[in-house]
Amino acid sequence: MNTQPTVLSNFSLPLQWTLRLLLQWPLQWLLRLSWLVLMALLFLPPAQAESIAPGSATVSALAEGGMARSQALNDWIEQPPADPADAAALHALNHDRLFVHTTAPARLGVEHADGQLRDPASGAVLGTSTDTGWEKIRLNNAIRIKLRPRIDLLDLRAPDAAVRHAAAEDLFSARLTPAYVQEIKALIPTLAEPETQAKLGQLVAGFELNDPNPQVRLAAVAGVADVLDPEIRARLAPLAENDPDPTVKAAAKAALDSIQRRVDVWQFSQNLVFGLSLGSVLLLSAIGLAITFGVMGVINMAHGEMMMIGAYTTWVLQQLLPNHLSAALFLAIPAAFVVAGLVGIAIERGLIRFLYGRPLETLLATFGLSLMLQQAARLIFSPLNRAVALPEFMQGSWALNPVFAITFNRMYILIFSLLVFFALLLLLKRSTFGLRIRAVAQNRQMARACGVRSGWVDALTFGLGSGIAGVAGVALALITNVGPNLGQNYIVDSFMVVVLGGVGNLWGTLVAGMGIGVLNKFLEPYAGAVLAKVVVLVLVILVIQKRPRGLFPQKGRAAEE
Amino acid sequence: MNDKTQPVVLPQNGISRRDFMKTVGGASLALGLGIKGALDPALAAETGPIKVGILHSLSGTMAISESTLKDNMLMLIAEQNAKGGVLGRKLEPVVVDPASNWPLFAEKARELLSKDKVAAIFGCWTSVSRKSVLPVVEELNGLLFYPVQFEGEESSRNIFYTGAAPNQQAIPAVDYLMNDLGITRWVLAGTDYVYPRTTNKILEAYLKQKGVKDEDIMINYTPFGQSDWQSIVAQIKQFGSAGKPTAVVSTINGDANVPFYRELANQGIKSQDIPVVAFSVGEQELSGMDTKPLAGQLAAWNYFESIKTPENEAFIANWKKFKKDPKAVTNDPMEAEYIAFHMWVKAVEKAKSTDTNKILESIIGVEVPNLTGGMAKMLPNHYITKPVYIGEIKPDGQFDVVWKSKGEVPGEAWSKYLPGSKDLIADWTPPINCGAYNTVTKKCTGSGG
Repeated sequence: MNTQPTVLSNFSLPLQWTLRLLLQWPLQWLLRLSWLVLMALLFLPPAQAESIAPGSATVSALAEGGMARSQALNDWIEQPPADPADAAALHALNHDRLFVHTTAPARLGVEHADGQLRDPASGAVLGTSTDTGWEKIRLNNAIRIKLRPRIDLLDLRAPDAAVRHAAAEDLFSARLTPAYVQEIKALIPTLAEPETQAKLGQLVAGFELNDPNPQVRLAAVAGVADVLDPEIRARLAPLAENDPDPTVKAAAKAALDSIQRRVDVWQFSQNLVFGLSLGSVLLLSAIGLAITFGVMGVINMAHGEMMMIGAYTTWVLQQLLPNHLSAALFLAIPAAFVVAGLVGIAIERGLIRFLYGRPLETLLATFGLSLMLQQAARLIFSPLNRAVALPEFMQGSWALNPVFAITFNRMYILIFSLLVFFALLLLLKRSTFGLRIRAVAQNRQMARACGVRSGWVDALTFGLGSGIAGVAGVALALITNVGPNLGQNYIVDSFMVVVLGGVGNLWGTLVAGMGIGVLNKFLEPYAGAVLAKVVVLVLVILVIQKRPRGLFPQKGRAAEE
Repeated sequence: MNDKTQPVVLPQNGISRRDFMKTVGGASLALGLGIKGALDPALAAETGPIKVGILHSLSGTMAISESTLKDNMLMLIAEQNAKGGVLGRKLEPVVVDPASNWPLFAEKARELLSKDKVAAIFGCWTSVSRKSVLPVVEELNGLLFYPVQFEGEESSRNIFYTGAAPNQQAIPAVDYLMNDLGITRWVLAGTDYVYPRTTNKILEAYLKQKGVKDEDIMINYTPFGQSDWQSIVAQIKQFGSAGKPTAVVSTINGDANVPFYRELANQGIKSQDIPVVAFSVGEQELSGMDTKPLAGQLAAWNYFESIKTPENEAFIANWKKFKKDPKAVTNDPMEAEYIAFHMWVKAVEKAKSTDTNKILESIIGVEVPNLTGGMAKMLPNHYITKPVYIGEIKPDGQFDVVWKSKGEVPGEAWSKYLPGSKDLIADWTPPINCGAYNTVTKKCTGSGG
């Protein structure tokens, strides 16, 4: 516009002027316009760097809140970040650390560990997160879902190879738009590691399965031929069913079949691991009972409450050592053993020793005792459940592939239950104390004649069984509720395992626990959790019908009757 | 425990009962008109304290949830007494312990009504306990205020339901997932008893009506106290990774939730992968869980402790003072009971009597402010209007509200989405005066209890 006066001064003749106006100006303007478009295209990325600068449209909309904020967030996340500041702000948003100054000047601040808010671009301190005017941009699932592929794409450019690979894996569960797939495709050649490249190649191939070009589809099928991801299977299935191109159809079918075979094998192993893990919990909860019921013949209905005591001991120790979760957990094992063991000894001395040889009275008395212990827990710890936190090393899982994963807490409990089992076996078979326990169990009179104080052995044996139940409680605290009802949920299962395994036989308890666990987990996917439990119970009844003394009957006090 | 036994609809029985009520109602009305003021025993004789029954389990499995409500009632009664009681008379709480034992609920309710002569009972948690009390309050013409979210499909002349019906919790939650998170595949997971089964039946019908196909709905039931979720969570994970956005709608009962969420977290399922919206997980349940791995998961309720209003802040402060525990949390059933209690107080003041029949009349239409803003109104079907909130769990065990309904949603006694109940309505005002009135045949089909 500012060139107009020059034009006017140079050409004063109206005709010339009109000619110019008719011919030259549109041309000039066309040129200018294209120049402008070109400039805009060339300089769009730098211009976008302004997107999160103080006072920019995006930031103003973010400061406004409400619908304007969600809209601005959407647009901002979908655009590839223009510069490091933009990326830093996106990361901060993802970590719930992005603040916006809601009053003028509208600007963004990233919260650092010291509570200071810093400018995402310059790093200058802007204030603290508690200052007035600053508001945290809160995440919700809708934003998290949108943010996920964007953050993964940022992480693909991270200097750390492990971060890049994790991002590539995470992209498999992100919701990707075609624009993201294109971005990923463009990124693949820039990555250094072949594994990460292969991973992303599979991801892109998965999307190209729907390409209109049969050649691309064929290549894509080859690209995903050994991917176990269920999403890929879901995309392959329609191709194998009704792809217009017969070669693609055949290839997809072959790929799907080979994937399915591998999935079946992995799923079988996964069920086996699940079963052993459930079995280990059953073993742990039953093993103490295998001593008190199996060896001593006492029907102890308060066995579950011994586990409850162990679980509460874990909670108390975590409360005492709030910053050392792992230490509290390791301390809880001996502590729970001692606490539950002492309670067990007190129960034996105070109640059960008067009831030997009267199983029905023992059953009723210990049932009453279990109710009393539950109510005591309600009075001492309140009827509400208590939260036991998992230490860091027990969280998460080890995923071999999308079908097979082992969760850490379950794996540790499996190992722990076997350790407890073998330690107990060693104690019973190799120590003097174990010898005395067995002697009293097999023939009390003879043992007493040989100088064994049978009353004292009874008390300690009951204490041992209760102590082990307490230790089981520590493990249970890591997978279920710590509350007054904890024991009730396990008492029936415990008896079932001991009776099935054969009263008085530790190996029988191991086999029965693991067997019930594995059977349950193989039935569950087909029959559902409720029916699986019923079927297992029916099978246990059938086995007991055939073998009334359990799978591995043992001689002992219980067997003599 | 089968939901098929839920709408116990006995036409003949119902009609005769209705006729009976008509006669009795008419007679008592005539009586009341004739000798009002002269010989009304409710007004003349009683000047002592008004007794209020509290029927919540303090021992057994349900103590975990119900004992809080007992304390809640004691606090509400103490507050009311500090304000001078009701009709100038003090309130006297009568606490009984039905010990999580369903038949004992009926016995204790009978004891409260016939021995202690309480003016109203506040109590129950599980539907089966309410169903056990229902014939007792109907027989003895008592009042029961039930403060817990449940499956609906019932409306008794003598029971007031101040917790959420499915249309005030489950349906809005599904709408939120569908509209705001773009969910197209659904896992309906619940504990195997009447509330989850009925709710899931309603949700399944609702989803199908919205065009969701059979293969995109997975329904899973687990026994009470399920603690081994490995294969079910693995199944959910497989179901949810078929390329369609998937969510879990959880009606899993309290105790099974800790191992469920723990397994979800350990198997690496985050709220942005497969969000879980729960109808039975509130602030109190979260106080017994390690909440860090749960962050972002959802719950639908009609009240959250984190909602900032002056009424709510006062309520929370009073509760912490009453419990002498700065960490004590409030939850949705507590608010529902708060509303129930204040509605009863208003109805008594309006009727100037604690007589059941008078309150049944005066309470319809009574309005009480919600703790989170807006008004709760008692509807003719004995349900109330409630705002609906969806919250995301924060690492500290509180909720961040991410969605709220526009205004209050009126509770529906009978679901529109179930074939057995879609034509039924409940209306305890004349001329219908019926808990299960068929709008097509124009007949009352019983009280629906």
